[in-house]
Parts: sequence; structure tokens; C-alpha cells
Amino acid sequence: MSMFDLAAVPPVTIAPGSLANVSRRFVLKGIVASGALVVGTGLAPHRALAGWATGADKMPGGTVYDPHVFVAIDPSGEVTILAARSEMGTGVRTSLPMVVADEMEADWSRVHVVQAPGDDKKYGNQNTDGSRSTRHFVQPMRQCGAAMRMMLERAAAVRWGIDPAQVRAENHVVVSLVSGERIGYGELAAAASALPTPPVGELKLKDPKDFRYIGTGTIPIVDLHDITTGHAGYGIDAKIPGMKFAVVARPPVVGGKLVSYDASEALKVPGVERVVEVQGWPWPHKFYPMGGVAVVARNTGSAIKGREKLRIQWEDGSNAGYDSAAYRKQLEATARQPGLVVREDGDAEAALKSAARVISAEYYIPHLAHASMEPPSATVHVAGGKCVAYAATQDAGGCRDDLAAMLKLPAADVTVYTPLLGGAFGRKSAYDFVLEAALVSQAVGAPIKLTWTREDDIRHDFYHVVSVERIDAGVDSGGKVLAWRHRSVAPTIFASFVKGADHESPVELGMGFIDNPFHIANLRCENGKAEAHTRLGWFRSVSNIPHAFAVQSMVGEIAAALGRDPKDMLLELIGPDRIVDPRQSAGVKDYWNYGDPPETYPIDTARLKRVAERAAQAAGWGKTLPKGEGLGIAAHRSFLSYVATVVHAKVDEHGRLSVPAVYTSIDCGFHINPERIRSQLEGAAVMGLALTKHSRITFKRGRVEQDNFDGFVVTRIDEAPLNVHVDIVPADWTVPAAGVGEPGMPPFAPALCNAIFTATGKRIRSLPIGDQLAI
Amino acid sequence: MITLQLNGEQHTYDGDPSVPLLWVLRDEFGLTGTKFGCGEGLCGACTVHLAGAAVRSCQIAAGDAAGKPIVTIEGLDPHGDHIVQRAWRETNAPQCGYCHAGQIMQAAALLAAHPKPTEAEVFATMAGNICRCGCYQRIAEAIHLAATGA
Repeated sequence: MSMFDLAAVPPVTIAPGSLANVSRRFVLKGIVASGALVVGTGLAPHRALAGWATGADKMPGGTVYDPHVFVAIDPSGEVTILAARSEMGTGVRTSLPMVVADEMEADWSRVHVVQAPGDDKKYGNQNTDGSRSTRHFVQPMRQCGAAMRMMLERAAAVRWGIDPAQVRAENHVVVSLVSGERIGYGELAAAASALPTPPVGELKLKDPKDFRYIGTGTIPIVDLHDITTGHAGYGIDAKIPGMKFAVVARPPVVGGKLVSYDASEALKVPGVERVVEVQGWPWPHKFYPMGGVAVVARNTGSAIKGREKLRIQWEDGSNAGYDSAAYRKQLEATARQPGLVVREDGDAEAALKSAARVISAEYYIPHLAHASMEPPSATVHVAGGKCVAYAATQDAGGCRDDLAAMLKLPAADVTVYTPLLGGAFGRKSAYDFVLEAALVSQAVGAPIKLTWTREDDIRHDFYHVVSVERIDAGVDSGGKVLAWRHRSVAPTIFASFVKGADHESPVELGMGFIDNPFHIANLRCENGKAEAHTRLGWFRSVSNIPHAFAVQSMVGEIAAALGRDPKDMLLELIGPDRIVDPRQSAGVKDYWNYGDPPETYPIDTARLKRVAERAAQAAGWGKTLPKGEGLGIAAHRSFLSYVATVVHAKVDEHGRLSVPAVYTSIDCGFHINPERIRSQLEGAAVMGLALTKHSRITFKRGRVEQDNFDGFVVTRIDEAPLNVHVDIVPADWTVPAAGVGEPGMPPFAPALCNAIFTATGKRIRSLPIGDQLAI
Repeated sequence: MITLQLNGEQHTYDGDPSVPLLWVLRDEFGLTGTKFGCGEGLCGACTVHLAGAAVRSCQIAAGDAAGKPIVTIEGLDPHGDHIVQRAWRETNAPQCGYCHAGQIMQAAALLAAHPKPTEAEVFATMAGNICRCGCYQRIAEAIHLAATGA
């Protein structure tokens, strides 16, 4: 069937061949288009067993390690490995296939990576969020490679009539230890593919010292060449023959709806072909469309021009009064009152009353937009009882399920391909734009490429939560911190799913709030009520941003009040080496450890302290800097990794801020690709600077006040930190792999604001900095 | 009907000539290497070369580009081996890579005009191109590499 152009799938240029008497073309089509098993047939995928326990198998689809699902070898020896997690810039599309290749002793130069379509049951969970890809899939992917290697060895042993113990796979060939004969993987492909997948208990993983690719940092991302030539296929680049182009006008206020519209002028715009209503769902609508009016045209430019001519009457609904200035005052008032106690060690109230000195501060962070450079876009064809979607989504499996539910189709008749994501940062975990495109395709009876303009993206995001954090710290006469009361007040992301949710969920409380690692006898966390009035979502590192900003800024404030060195203060508060278990504290309910077992991933203060010390050492902590310059430090555990950041800030005589250098140390356990870890942390410094210095989303009359990169300001090269030094704490296979994509974010803002304080004596408690440093 | 000179070939477009060149490149001719980022000339993702100069294709009506040579990322070098493209790969510059076609087109135009740009020239020129992933450290390194011929 050639109805759909597979050009949107990253090109694979392999000489034609055959696999188990099936043509190469068919095999690729099998992987990409129809989802057929690619090596052998009829084998149920085996569930992967873990060397260290993770929460992976609690996710929809769990994990799968079966090489019959993930690996194809053609008779010429070319190997194709499926990537099942979305690529949004972390490098996971390279890293996980590289793990398979390393374990199966494949020559990386003969490996091709193809993206799997959405199917959690078949490939394991595909929700690429929560910095989970490596920690949940490095083990199944090692097992997958090891199983493939064992199948190749067994096939060779059969051919030579010797015991499998007498053969060894080595860089794309199997060698007989008896005769020294060698057989290439291509020659063995058909026989190997006919073998059943060995159970996990029979697998022998490589000795890590024999890794060829894992941990070396020498493998460029598989899409590097195509990215530099314009041939990399992103979601927005998908092509289906005969497709039309659409944009949608949406209600300006969340929870609002369409009353009426007049399309007569829009339909006169050259190139505009159709105007159709898009169904909306009542708020909170989860990932379902908010509704509106779609303009369909011969190209996106004409559709945008047509949309400008629509005359629409909206009903604003219950969020029409949402006003950011007023809402901030509400949050502040709530933070000055007792809230729901969500952790209580000792008696912080009594200790604050008896303290020789109480240091108090309130911190504010506004809503933020993700603003990935590729705005939401999907190309979808609904026809003949089937749906095919090309969608830049972080959750192809979930997207497929919701498309099926919305269109009332069996999941088997819905296919979701995941081209590259042009950035995502959590926005594309929500796939409302894919569902919109499906509705429009259904309405007009043609394939539709639906694009969100930048204005659509900024005005209708699933925003990062706005928050007020208040901390009161009590110090005794000897300068020891004996009381800590932290109140967090922020609407919850779950209000986008559950009507009326008005307190932080365990997921949000677990992000740097009730998991506070400090060694303070009287520690109390309270969460105040806050109603949501817009769509909220996961923004890279989520609630860790406000929680870490408050906690790590407060460390700096206490140090300043006591005349202590901020790094020494931080280390003292982290305290002796120990495991902190919030489940032992009163008030903690349903402690959430990023979905993974605390036994595998405890809160280990020695590791937190170590990254702080390493970052400080790299920065030359204590060195003398010119007037107007200073270092600031922050250390935070998130997504089961430990990150400390030292920022070197400079504020000139006009109050202009620059960041001459950043020193970051990360302990993320076992790691696959240190080169991509560095790039993630370099990027976190840039995004961290944006939210600290410039970025904010504000509401007035329920409407977002910003709409493009002039109002929603992000970091550009002329002010970006260009000297980001990344230190990766060495870790072997005994240290479970942890997150990388997000953990670089939380320490940046407090480290920068602590540095600004050292440089200027000015304490920043409200983000963004904007003109607060202006002189 | 207008005729566009795209990467050395003539292509005709019979639609509204006031539509931005960007959408004609992407949606009418399938040249999707040129990216949409903002539609307002604020981010540089859609940068192409028009008569040798780097321009934002979202800010140029297709009709105004008619008859002038247009080079997109696909046409920058027949083998993708322009010195800027090579430097980009050498430094592993991209993360998601989405904005990088625009970055590369802007950098190539900069180096064509100023083979040895100062840091200030690099900043002034490249500040029009946003990278939300934050690859600036490597972009700066790649441009330096390309300019020094290393």
C-alpha cells in the first residue's frame, strides 16, 4: 500500500537484500508500516527481568527485551534496531539502540536505527517523560542485545555441529573456538531468527570492561548528518499525498467555548478551501481538544490568512477572571497561613518560637511556556475506518490509545508514527494537537497537516505551574539551624485531569519538597490550597523548579544572615552521610520517588554532598573575583540523580547581568553516552538562565498576555552561558542509572541568584529577574 | 503564477503570492528543511539565502522572492559538506536539531560576508536565531571552527 509517504520516517539507505527469504523492503515496511515481527514470527515477547528493580513494569506496557521485536539482520549483515522512545533532543534514539548493538556485538557502522510506531504493549512503555528512558530501559536493551547475540551464537554452533560454549560472537562475526572459523552475522540471520528468544535467566551480559560503545561518548547521534542537511524528518515535516493544511482558532480562555462563527470572509481568502468546527471537551479536558474553528487551505500560510478573517463569538466560562497579579496575592496570602501538613519531623512550630533568630523569605515563580522550537503539529489521515498519524509526541502509545477512543476505532486500526520532535520539554506529553488534526481530517475527508502557530503555542500551552514558596528557618544562639518550615502553594497539574483538584499531588510533593534531605531536627512541610485556572503541564523538571529555587536560595539567605560561607552552609545542612527516607516522617502519604523503588534509588546525602564538593572544586570556590562578580552554589536531587551547579555571575555598573561560567557536577549513576549528558546539562544552563532572567507567562481577563518570542523571552546566544563545564561522577554498573534530561534544571536558578547576591548584595526572590538589577 | 529559483531549479507556484515564502517552500514544494518557528522574524528557524543574503522566509512574500536565486538548507552544498555543516558535525552541535538548519544558513551567510568574524559579529548576527535546547556553546564552537578552517 503506497497511500502514505514514508519519507517522513527518517531515511534508511540500505542495499536491497532479504531476511529469512523476505525482501529488505518488506522488512523495513514490516518494521515501520505494519508492525510485523522482524525476526522470526509468532513468539510472544518475553517480559524483561531487572538486575536492579525499577518502576518500569508499573508503566503501561512495562518493558520488553525480545530481539524478535527490536532487531532485524539482513543477509548482507546490515542490522536494524528499533528505537521505541521519542527523540526530542536527549539522544535516546541513539543511546538505547547503541546499548543493544554493544551487547549483541554488532559493528555500529553497520547498524541502522528505525523509529517504532506507537504500541506500548509491543515495545514496552513509550511515554518519554520523567527522565525515565535510560533508567527504565538500559537493562531490557542490554538483555535484548545479549539475547540476539546468544541466538547468533547458537545458530553458528548448530551449523558447525559444536557446543554453543565453543563459539563466541565478536564484532559482527561468530568465531569457532574449535576451528577458528568465522561466520558473519548476515549469514546467520535466517537461522538465528528462527530460534526462540532465550529466557532472561539464560542470558549472559557482557563484562562492562568489554563495552565498545557504552560509556565512551564517541558515538554521534544517528540523525546528525540529516540534521545538518535539512533531511531529518520532524513531526511537522510529515507528508501524506493529498494532504491539506490547517490551523485552528481556539477559545482564548481555558474552559471557554465557541458560541458562533462567520466564515464568509475567511472563505474568500485565496487558497482557503474549508472552514469546519472542531469539537471541544469540557474543562478539565485532559489531552482532548478545547474546540474551536479550523481553517483548511492549500498551504499553511493561506490557512493562517484565512483564520485572521474569521469572525468568532466565544463564551469565556469560569476562568475569565484569571489575573496573574491578583492570583499572586492570593498565593502569598495562603502561604502566610498554615497549610496541609505533608511532612513533620520533630516540632517545627515550637522550635521556631524558641529560636534565637528566624529567617523568613517568600519566593515566586510565574507560569512558563515550553516554547519548543517546533510548535505542536500533526499530520493525520482518518479514512475507511483507519487512522494514520505522524505526530511529534512524547507518548506515541498513549496518543494511539486516545485517538482510538476518540474516533471509536480499535487500537489495531490506529497507527501513530513518531518522527523527530523539534524539542518538547514536557509539552508534547500532551497530544491534544494530534486529536485536533484527526477531528479535522475526519470532518473534511482528507489528510490534514495541522500546525500550531507560535501564537497558538504561547497562548494555549499546558503551562508550568505558578507558585509561591515561603520558608521560615529558626536558628539557635550557636548558629545552628534547628527549625525549617516550608510552605508550598501552587496549583496542581492534576487539575488538568480532575475537576477541582486544589492541592499538590504526591508526584509534585515528591519533587524537592517533602524529600528535603537536610539534617534539621524540626522540619515541617505544608501545602496550601490553590485552584487552577488554566491548563497546567509538565515543564522540564516540573515542581523541582520552584521547590529547589526556594530551598537553595534559603540556604544562601541563612549563610548571609549568619556570616557563613554558602557552600559550607549547604554542606552543613546536608549533614552527615546517610539515607533519608521520607516514608519514616509523620505526615508523608504516598511518597513518590519518581515512580521507582526507594530501595534502588534512596536519597543518599553522601552523593548530594559529593556533587556539591566537586562543582565547588571545579569552580575554584573561594577564589577572589573582581567587584560585581560572584559565585553561587545550589545542589538538588531530582529524577533520582544528584546535580550541583556553581554559577559565576557578573553584574556590571548598569545592572546588566552576564554569566561568564557555569560548573555543574552530575551523579546519574551508570551512564551510556557521556557526550549527550554534557549536552543536556549545557542546555539546562541556557534554559535555566531564560527562566531566571526573562521568561514569564501572565494572564489578564483569563487570557495569556504574551504571544511570541518578543513577549515570552528566551535566551539567545549573545547572553547565553558559553562556558558550561560539566563533570560526570564516574559510576559503574552497580550504581543504577538515573535521569539526565531534567535534573540539570532545578539548581540553576538558585545558584545564579545566590551568585548575584554575592556579586551585588541584592537578593532575588521573584522570577524572572527582569529589571530588578537595573541601576 | 510566479516562478521561484529554488536551489538552482525553476519552480512555478500558482497560489496567492502574498503568502510567506516559508509556506510555499514547505507546503507547496516539500522543502521541509526550512523550519517554521515563530512567523514573525523573531527566531531565525526559517532562514534561507535570497540572492546571497540570509533572510527570514516567514517575512518575505513568495511573490517578492520570484526571479531571485533562493538557496535552502537542502541546496547549501550538494553533499552536505559546506564547511559550516562539517563544523556542526565535528562539534556535535545539535540536540533536537530543529532550529539548526536556520542556524547553519545564518552562519554560512555570516562567514561568506566575514570569513573571520569577531566574537561581537558572531553574537550580533547569530542572536537572531533561537535554540531552545540551548546548544549555543557548541554553535559558537562550530562557527569558530568553520572560520578558522580547522
